[in-house]
Amino acid sequence: MTTSTANANSHPGLNLGPAHGQAHKDAETVVFGFWIFLMSDLVTFAMFFATYAASIHATAGGPGNADIVDVTSIGLQTGALLISSLLFGIATVAMKHGSSPRSTILWLLASLAFGLCFLGLEVRDFIDAAEKGAVPMRSGYLSAYWALVGLHGLHVTVGSLMILVVCVQIAIFGFADDVKTRVLRLGLYWHFLDIIWIGIFSVVFLPGLLT
Amino acid sequence: MNDRDERAQDLRMYFTGFAAAIVLTALSFATAILQPFGPMGIFASLAVLAAVQVVVHFRFFLHIDFSRQKREDLQLILFTGLIIAIMVAGTVWVLGNLMARMM
Repeated sequence: MTTSTANANSHPGLNLGPAHGQAHKDAETVVFGFWIFLMSDLVTFAMFFATYAASIHATAGGPGNADIVDVTSIGLQTGALLISSLLFGIATVAMKHGSSPRSTILWLLASLAFGLCFLGLEVRDFIDAAEKGAVPMRSGYLSAYWALVGLHGLHVTVGSLMILVVCVQIAIFGFADDVKTRVLRLGLYWHFLDIIWIGIFSVVFLPGLLT
Repeated sequence: MNDRDERAQDLRMYFTGFAAAIVLTALSFATAILQPFGPMGIFASLAVLAAVQVVVHFRFFLHIDFSRQKREDLQLILFTGLIIAIMVAGTVWVLGNLMARMM
């Protein structure tokens, strides 16, 4: 009976489990607080989506939805982000089940590498769009497009920096309680960016392919 | 359950989610590229595929489910969903109407 209550999940996301002592206890409150941040962030993104949807026809004669989409690049970006998310998940599972700090750092760096692939492809798409004259100041539609996709890109950039910082912290402090809960929260943030990306490719990029 | 089994179970969760996400993403891209239905059918299937994939991500990557311990967080997510539905639907409705009247 004690094992069933001890194994009971106390917060969303990967639970460290009672074997982690104080870090497991601390996680419950900090992760709930982090969820409130994530949900407020989701509202921000939702308003950027609404602005995009409302200004989809406001192209002022400039490039529209169909002119911006490079479907191969979008497919590769989606794959890179998904693989990155999976690798982050493996890193947290490694941390939970007593792998060495070194192997957790390696999984995190692999996750970071795919995140950077995503960013590289996205920047290349932005440069291509700018060369076609699809710059944010061209029309209301393009302002909304750059704001929405750019906001997601900004989140991925910040997340990439945070992965680096967390890796350095693991290297210096090992698996201290604070460091462990930070990895858990960063994991939620990183998986959450995937969910936003589903919205972006379904609302922004794929409808642009319709003939 | 020993630690080894639990590790395998945790990993299986991520891999299941990953496989489901790949399939759903592929279906979305195939729908948009091959265009087997008319525009309305494509928009509808993109919306359904995206919604299913969001649920898959919440379930397998963020570990949200209906268990008792997580209900507060589920309520937070559902409440946020309601706020978003009101604000997004309201914005699109009002601004769409405004645009139609200005044409």
